[in-house]
Amino acid sequence: MKTRILAIALAAAILLIVPTVLSAYQLSLLVKMLIFAIFAMSLDLILGFAGLPSLGHAAYFGAAAYTVSLLALRVVNNFWIDFPAGLLMAVGVSALFGLLALRTHESYFLMITLALAQVLWGIAFGWRSLTGGDDGLPGVPRPNLGLPWSLADRIPFYYFVLIFFALALVLLWIIAHSPFGRVLVGIRENEVRMKVLGYNVWLYKYVAFILAGLFAGLAGNLFAYYNGFVSPSYLSVLFSASGLLMVILGGAGTLFGPALGAGVIVYLENVISVYTERWLMILGVIYVLVTLFAPRGLVGLLRERFGSRLA
Amino acid sequence: MTFWITQLLNGVSFGMLLFLLAAGLSLIYGLMRILNLAHGSYYLLGAYVGLTVVRYTESFVYAAVAGTAVVTVLGILMERFFLRRFPKQALPQALLTFGFLFIIADLALWIWGGNPQTLPKPQVFAASIWVGNIVFPSYRLFVIAVGIIVGLGLWWLQEGTRLGAMIRAGVDDEEMARGTGVNVSLLSTAVFGLGAFLAALGGIMGGPFVGVYPGADFEILLLAFVVVIIGGLGSLKGAFFGGLLVGLLDNFGKALFPELALFTIFAPMAIILAVRPTGLFGRL
Repeated sequence: MKTRILAIALAAAILLIVPTVLSAYQLSLLVKMLIFAIFAMSLDLILGFAGLPSLGHAAYFGAAAYTVSLLALRVVNNFWIDFPAGLLMAVGVSALFGLLALRTHESYFLMITLALAQVLWGIAFGWRSLTGGDDGLPGVPRPNLGLPWSLADRIPFYYFVLIFFALALVLLWIIAHSPFGRVLVGIRENEVRMKVLGYNVWLYKYVAFILAGLFAGLAGNLFAYYNGFVSPSYLSVLFSASGLLMVILGGAGTLFGPALGAGVIVYLENVISVYTERWLMILGVIYVLVTLFAPRGLVGLLRERFGSRLA
Repeated sequence: MTFWITQLLNGVSFGMLLFLLAAGLSLIYGLMRILNLAHGSYYLLGAYVGLTVVRYTESFVYAAVAGTAVVTVLGILMERFFLRRFPKQALPQALLTFGFLFIIADLALWIWGGNPQTLPKPQVFAASIWVGNIVFPSYRLFVIAVGIIVGLGLWWLQEGTRLGAMIRAGVDDEEMARGTGVNVSLLSTAVFGLGAFLAALGGIMGGPFVGVYPGADFEILLLAFVVVIIGGLGSLKGAFFGGLLVGLLDNFGKALFPELALFTIFAPMAIILAVRPTGLFGRL
């Protein structure tokens, strides 16, 4: 426990002081890692804790990103309107998709979440007048919060994202370790037993599904501001699957693990893409290797080596 | 009138193509509970290998044999060395087969390039048949015939042969099947190979009219998913009628409401899902 607190304090201290030493490019990469970490942690809530293998998690990220971008570009660039609207959209979409997807299990759940997310991708791709089709929406402005620092500058924006990352981490940790989260784990381990014990299993899963959608939407909001551009690829199954990979690579059901997994994948993509055009193939190999050799992820490997003190 | 008949023909032939894909997906899932996300990649690879063989031999038959053989072997290797390790575990299966989807897609892009290509039709079916003033492209009729023949063949295999009885026993209760002396391990490999073969056959059949291009693997996979969601995973009947329905919906959707193309497929899927989560012919 002591080691863990120390490790968290150290990580927090590093995250707080790094902007002073990193280059603009490195800092931008770190911001991307933090945003994708929120996305991966949100997926971990349903995948790692509740055991629901969603292959459509990009839907809530993308729905929020498009909502924020469209409002900021076409209606009004007001953080206090656009940001909540993005979250609301993510919640609405996940509430709708959850109704259909949660009627099924395992492989069916996988297929259906994939197919539903693909509908949104189809809208973003096909409805050119609204979404710009595959050209996406360029030029999304960063919000003005009325603070002395402009979020267009990289260091204030870094702290802006860091605050949301910390908030998401703490909230998800509390949710996952609350009685509610314990019930989710119980459902993952033995759904029938939880039903017999009198829990409304469906409702627990549904609420978890929507919460996961909400946090994925938070990541989508931040990403729209960060990137200044959204395109259908952030609604695609490729992105949903990379979320799964981040969670498994880091270690499902640990929250910290998926955050770490997100960092590793973002880093690898940026580094490897410089050297080769065959990133997709390498990514494919990573999928296979992780499944075969690290099914419990990096956190799992650390635990095997150092016992459960560290992670 | 001509428009409707032509579209009907296109829809049914595309539906038969989807049936080939969905039948393999369904057979594999039925026996092994494996959801193969690389199933569309078999389509892609079958068509591309066929394309290369046609270029050198100018024979559609050789192309079909080579394309399906390569993919069948690939499917068998994937089952033996990878998927076998994760029985009934949806998530590792998904990650693993998704990895293969990427690897095959990138490899195909590397070898065959990014331009959409079509397989030349076999000479015999190059012409069209005229009935009154309506044109029937004879190749489409050939695809429909192949779909029906494969459907009947699979039905006979499942219901009328010893092998089919063993498959059905394996689906119903794997342990009991093992106990009565069925070699479920070998059977699984054979069924996986058959599924891969059917998908590659789909690639060869679809090559001349759907074509083959980067991304075709995933598009076809998605449509095959919708077919099995509507028809029911593990059901041959479901794959057949689901394939027909989705083929028609896709075709008429694209022709009548091009802006809503995906909705015409996904809206019925959502409705069926809401009413019958296991699909029209599926079992829990």
